[in-house]
Amino acid sequence: MNLFFEEKKHVYWNPYFGGFLLGIIILSAVYISGRSIGAGEAMKDTVVASIDMVAPHYTENSNFAAGQKDAEKSPMNSWIVFQVIGVFAGAFFSGILNNRVKVRLQKFPKISSKTRITWVIIGGLLFGIGSQFARGCISSSTFSGFIVLSLGGIISMVTVFVTAIIAAYFFRKLWV
Amino acid sequence: MESFISTGLINSEWSSVFAVGIGGAIGFVLESSGFSSSRKVAGTFYGYDFTSLRVFLMAGITSLIGLLYMDFFGWIDFFSFNIPDTYIWPTLLGSIFMGVGFVASGFCPGTSILSAAIGKLDGWIFIGSTMVGIFLFTILFPLLEPIYNAGNLGAITITDVLGLSSYVYAFIVTLIVIALFYLATLIRRRKTTVKY
Repeated sequence: MNLFFEEKKHVYWNPYFGGFLLGIIILSAVYISGRSIGAGEAMKDTVVASIDMVAPHYTENSNFAAGQKDAEKSPMNSWIVFQVIGVFAGAFFSGILNNRVKVRLQKFPKISSKTRITWVIIGGLLFGIGSQFARGCISSSTFSGFIVLSLGGIISMVTVFVTAIIAAYFFRKLWV
Repeated sequence: MESFISTGLINSEWSSVFAVGIGGAIGFVLESSGFSSSRKVAGTFYGYDFTSLRVFLMAGITSLIGLLYMDFFGWIDFFSFNIPDTYIWPTLLGSIFMGVGFVASGFCPGTSILSAAIGKLDGWIFIGSTMVGIFLFTILFPLLEPIYNAGNLGAITITDVLGLSSYVYAFIVTLIVIALFYLATLIRRRKTTVKY
């Protein structure tokens, strides 16, 4: 039994099958609720909600936070936050089934944990700031590009990809 | 995120339940496809693993073609979607930030949640630092506002710019995506296998 699980650990689905299923899920999300996917929004809602909790005057006075805050309800009630809770649970379930749940730091074996953590923090900061400028993280802009054909979404998707290909050269020691 | 269309199929109470369900399905599919591994995702940029590219583009064309069919069948009105405004300069700037952040960390916000869910500490660290980044942006917003609102082109779509019908556009995008799949296979064959 153990051997069986051990073998399954690195076996993933056929990417075209996974992609097709994801497409169908997005279609049903759009059909039923009129919304797509994107985790960056949930993080933003959480940040805005936290600022609101600690300093409610700030969100009222700051143009940005006030614009993001739904006047009717708490940001933590937003659709996307619930969706991310679901993503977390779904991923955990898949991890359990495939024996991939384990507390660890994943990194390229030739770099130290310290190097990995430093670049993860820098990457996260860049993402946090960048996703606000671009009005969406990669997944939300990709799908607003694909679904509603938004010019901004497509420009964002292509720019992220091209930048990453160029940046890959400078970061090669971290990965290969 | 504002909704693209208002379908009125579910009321607000059920909307949260539905959101958790949709999220669960997405999380399960993405984790099963390997998106929880930053090394697998980063493989796209080094040519040793194109899984994430294949899954993402496949999902993209499936949803694009599917929506056009749903419009054709009269289930939804494809042309009544709320198109988000395109702000060209902040989009370019933000996307360059994200591109560098993507390679530096091997994560995007979505994949960091998958990683965190199966116990990867780097996923949790990424979530934390992304929130700090958003917080910094919020604090510095008065300074950044001119950039944030620069170059508004309005609610413009790619088909407006190219002057194509959505159907022709979907056909061309599908051909491009298939060409990319083939290109990925060619590149992948020339790279040695990386174990992770």
